Amino acid sequence: MSLIQIQNLKKQYENEGVVTPVLAGLNFQIERGEFVAIMGPSGSGKSTLMHILGFLDKLSSGKYIFDGRDVSSLTDDELAQMRSKSVGFVFQAFNLLPRTTVLENVMLPLVYAKYSESERKQKATAALESVGLAHRLEYFTNQLSGGEKQRVAIARALVNEPSVIFADEPTGNLDSKSGLQVMKILQDLNDKGNTIILVTHEQYTAAHAKRAIKLKDGEIVEDALITNRQIAAGATDLKK
Amino acid sequence: MLGVIIGVMSVIIVLSAGAGAQGMILNQVKSLGSDLIGVLPGASDEKGPPASAMGIVVTTLKDSDIRELIRSGSAHVVAGTGYVKGTDTIVWGDNQTDTSFTGVNASIVEVENAKVENGRFFTEEEERSMARVAVLGSTVAKELFGEEDPVGAQIKIKKSSFNVIGVMKTRGVSGFQNQDDQIFVPLNTAQKLLLGIDYISFARLKVDNPDNVDAAMEDARIFLRERHKIDRPEEDDFSVRSMAQGLEAITQITNALKLFLAAVAAIALVVGGVGIMNIMLAAVQERTREIGLRKAVGATNRNIIEQFLVETVMITFIGGVIGIISGIFISYIISLVVRSLGYDWDFIISIPSIVLGCVVSVGIGMLFGIVPARKAAKLNPIEALRYE
Repeated sequence: MSLIQIQNLKKQYENEGVVTPVLAGLNFQIERGEFVAIMGPSGSGKSTLMHILGFLDKLSSGKYIFDGRDVSSLTDDELAQMRSKSVGFVFQAFNLLPRTTVLENVMLPLVYAKYSESERKQKATAALESVGLAHRLEYFTNQLSGGEKQRVAIARALVNEPSVIFADEPTGNLDSKSGLQVMKILQDLNDKGNTIILVTHEQYTAAHAKRAIKLKDGEIVEDALITNRQIAAGATDLKK
Repeated sequence: MLGVIIGVMSVIIVLSAGAGAQGMILNQVKSLGSDLIGVLPGASDEKGPPASAMGIVVTTLKDSDIRELIRSGSAHVVAGTGYVKGTDTIVWGDNQTDTSFTGVNASIVEVENAKVENGRFFTEEEERSMARVAVLGSTVAKELFGEEDPVGAQIKIKKSSFNVIGVMKTRGVSGFQNQDDQIFVPLNTAQKLLLGIDYISFARLKVDNPDNVDAAMEDARIFLRERHKIDRPEEDDFSVRSMAQGLEAITQITNALKLFLAAVAAIALVVGGVGIMNIMLAAVQERTREIGLRKAVGATNRNIIEQFLVETVMITFIGGVIGIISGIFISYIISLVVRSLGYDWDFIISIPSIVLGCVVSVGIGMLFGIVPARKAAKLNPIEALRYE
């Protein structure tokens, strides 16, 4: 069974009686272990699609079945539960808590997943080690470079071992070298079996994925495997 | 937090100051004695002031009336004195001061519970012989003599020489009168030598027991009517008043004061509340993105509201404690300052003021902490994350 099944998914916003359609009946499936790039120009609905897939937003009509569960009928609390257990997010703007240490930021999802304090520390430390930030545990997030911030965000996204990691323009605020490091980490995670859904408008970034779903005006215009895949190498030394 | 501190603190200070002021006024009245009754010339009804108190000169009350009243008028009256007053520039050598002189009987010492600091008060004997002796209030003594000892000096009142025989102990301000800014001379001397009158303007009688005040007042009325040959009470040419009546009037004033202070305290609370509200609103707005992020990583609406609840309780609790401590401290400083100015001011912190201050501040803090947090928690996580 597929991890994600989308049938005729529609999303529209209503504002003062004016209905703006954003997604116009999408159909696709994503299997476990895939690395999918959702692509499209701004306004194509790719972010909205990611928000719906990541339980941050609700669909207007159609079906979304995640791991055999019909998401469209879930309550707010059940959606919070799904966000807590099944998905992790990496945002373009990092969205780390200021005035808080790196370790505490990564421990945050575990608080809501009800892990004990010692488990939280141990899991968060392990996640930070896997993104090469073991030496930054007690730093405050505002003392980090952009690349380091995004690696903290990745550690936070993978700390509760989610079924899918969503990355929304993860390299958008980074220089090319830091961006490459981030893509390398995502590829490494995918190699270890993690499902990754990447949202981007850059062809170059999308080329790191294995499959690309291209959107335009709320419709899928192309859904194909990536032939000449980029492998982010040469950025192996994460501690720099 | 500052809002909570200021709110709690101001309530405690205002209520403490109010209690202190009321205590001070009542203490002053009580220090005059609740076992005293006053006799004034001229008729009056219970509520209005007697004519004599409005500056109309009524000459019907004589020193002999009071002396006879004390001697045979009532079993309850143990002492009493008449009063006449005048003002003059008092001269000693090159020094002079404007003050009032009061002609009284020697028994004023007993009636007013007044004490002589230095020297002695004049005697019945000196009064009868129209002796030209004077006892100075402490303020007069200081103004006229400075550091020198006035006892034995000759001063001039209305061009007559008086021998200073004593200085009174400081008594402070009572009612509207500074008790220390006057000179006591024998009643007879004041009437005949200084003022040229044969009536008194006021008399005070001391009753053996505060419980007997009403009986003594009735005795005095009957006695004076008989002596003045008055048949009907409506024709009275005198008034008898008790301090209890004075106390009632003053209690009315202090109650008004209390109401005023309650209004001030209410304003302080509102100001504190608005402060708390602003801080909480700003905090929630500032943290809407944080709320969005927390929801994105799995927090439920309940988690968010609980978090803000705990934070608000902490802030208001800490603010409340600081407010209580600083409020008590500042109230104590105020009481020290007022006492050092010579007033009889009690340092009173009432438990209700602390409870009121805390309940309202914490209540407002919670309300304005929780309501915006609830609103933010209900936002779609994406909208919250994008909040600028």
